[in-house]
Amino acid sequence: MALLALWQALVWATGVPPFILPGPARVGAALVGHAGMLAEHARFTLGNLAAGLLAGVALGIVTALNLALSPLARAMMRPMLVLAQAIPVFALAPVVTLWLGYGPASKVVMVALVVYFPVASVLFDALMRPPPALEDLARAMGATPLRLLWLIQLPNALPALGSGLRLAAVYAPFAVIVGEWVGSSRGLGYLMLMANGRGQTDLMFAALALLAAMGLVLFGLAGALQRLTERRRAKGAGPRRLI
Amino acid sequence: MSTRPDESGRGALPPVLRTPPGIFADQGKEAGAVLIRGDLWLGDRPLARGLDIVCRPGGWTCLMGSSGVGKSTLGRLVAGLPVAARLEGRVTVPAGRVAVMSQQDQLLPWASALANVTIGARLRGERADPERGRRLLAQVGLAGFEDRRPGELSGGQRQRVALARTLIEEAAVVVLDEPFSALDAGTRAAMQDLAAKLLAGRTVILISHDPLEAARLADRAWLIGREGSRPLPLPGGTAPRPLDAPEVLAAQAALFMSLSRPCAV
Repeated sequence: MALLALWQALVWATGVPPFILPGPARVGAALVGHAGMLAEHARFTLGNLAAGLLAGVALGIVTALNLALSPLARAMMRPMLVLAQAIPVFALAPVVTLWLGYGPASKVVMVALVVYFPVASVLFDALMRPPPALEDLARAMGATPLRLLWLIQLPNALPALGSGLRLAAVYAPFAVIVGEWVGSSRGLGYLMLMANGRGQTDLMFAALALLAAMGLVLFGLAGALQRLTERRRAKGAGPRRLI
Repeated sequence: MSTRPDESGRGALPPVLRTPPGIFADQGKEAGAVLIRGDLWLGDRPLARGLDIVCRPGGWTCLMGSSGVGKSTLGRLVAGLPVAARLEGRVTVPAGRVAVMSQQDQLLPWASALANVTIGARLRGERADPERGRRLLAQVGLAGFEDRRPGELSGGQRQRVALARTLIEEAAVVVLDEPFSALDAGTRAAMQDLAAKLLAGRTVILISHDPLEAARLADRAWLIGREGSRPLPLPGGTAPRPLDAPEVLAAQAALFMSLSRPCAV
């Protein structure tokens, strides 16, 4: 709230024209005035964001589990993963748009690509590092590889997966906007470009505000998930003194 | 803390001969025994040469010796765990699983006490028996603690859970690698009593630094040094022997003298 006041004060004090920096009051008015249109574009963006996140996280988890379980998969996929990580995924946006068109598919794929690598690599690293004492225990007890993965490696890696999800939540909104900037006929990113071109700076800021809100909610959700995985652990690992 | 020369060492699997029952009937009184024979090397450095250790079936054998001599390595060899050292010789273990209990409780921090007790069957993909788990937890004095996580238990209670997990395996051979050395003196004595009672009749290999522990629990003790292994004198009588019995205290003192002169092996 203080930030909004400061913003308004800055606008008044400097007398910046509204097409450079609209005050919060104008942005609020644009939010209300164009509510219907903003909602429609926001729905498009949010849908692609959610679909891409789900697909990227799911694929990342499946990849990490497979790599952890199979030395053959590790030998085959590791060079590919290293290569794939060396390419900045955002640079792929024009290619993805070329192949998949202006519709939702290219945005979903962009988000999934950006989310996939941090989730897969963070989870895989954690899966491959079970505590040596537990590894010994499992070996002495004659554990099967699948059971070892499910009962020891995966629970041990859950906090790392939580951090991976937080990273994903940070990157995903970038990816969806870049996807829309490169080529789209709908979405908040598209709307921003349009508003910018027509000098409707207040509308552009309104779209930006919605994007920021989406990012914050996403980050909050990922943080909640991460705390959940860590509490599960903390309850066991450390002394329970608080509460 | 540990005599394992390289904690991260995940070397090649050792030469362990697991004898199926009945095949080596001509072993005579060594049938069912755990035998450790040969030289233990770490790289090109000998840790212990000329080992000749017999752990009689159904008895408690204590392995003693200074840190770094390879006691824990021998325990890991018996359990079939990878070691950084190399044994030029042979470890003979009767067929079947070997249960291990170590100084770290090796409990899953995210799982309840009961789930930790029944983890072995689940890791093998067998059906877990929670009722037996409960009974064993009750036997180690933890009735009512089934749902507690390890973080909610004291060090002694965690080792009790680890003992119940060792018992449920029903292994003929049990390796105890300094299982009580991190506990305070009173808790340690109580755990020794409990372990002696519940593991009676199994072939137990106890790796310990503590002369009193050996004097109370072991049927036989071996001193391991650079130049080999030799049996140490112990008082007779059933374990756990009383803490304050004169012969136990005398044996403790004698073991102490032997341990402080490891070169005399």
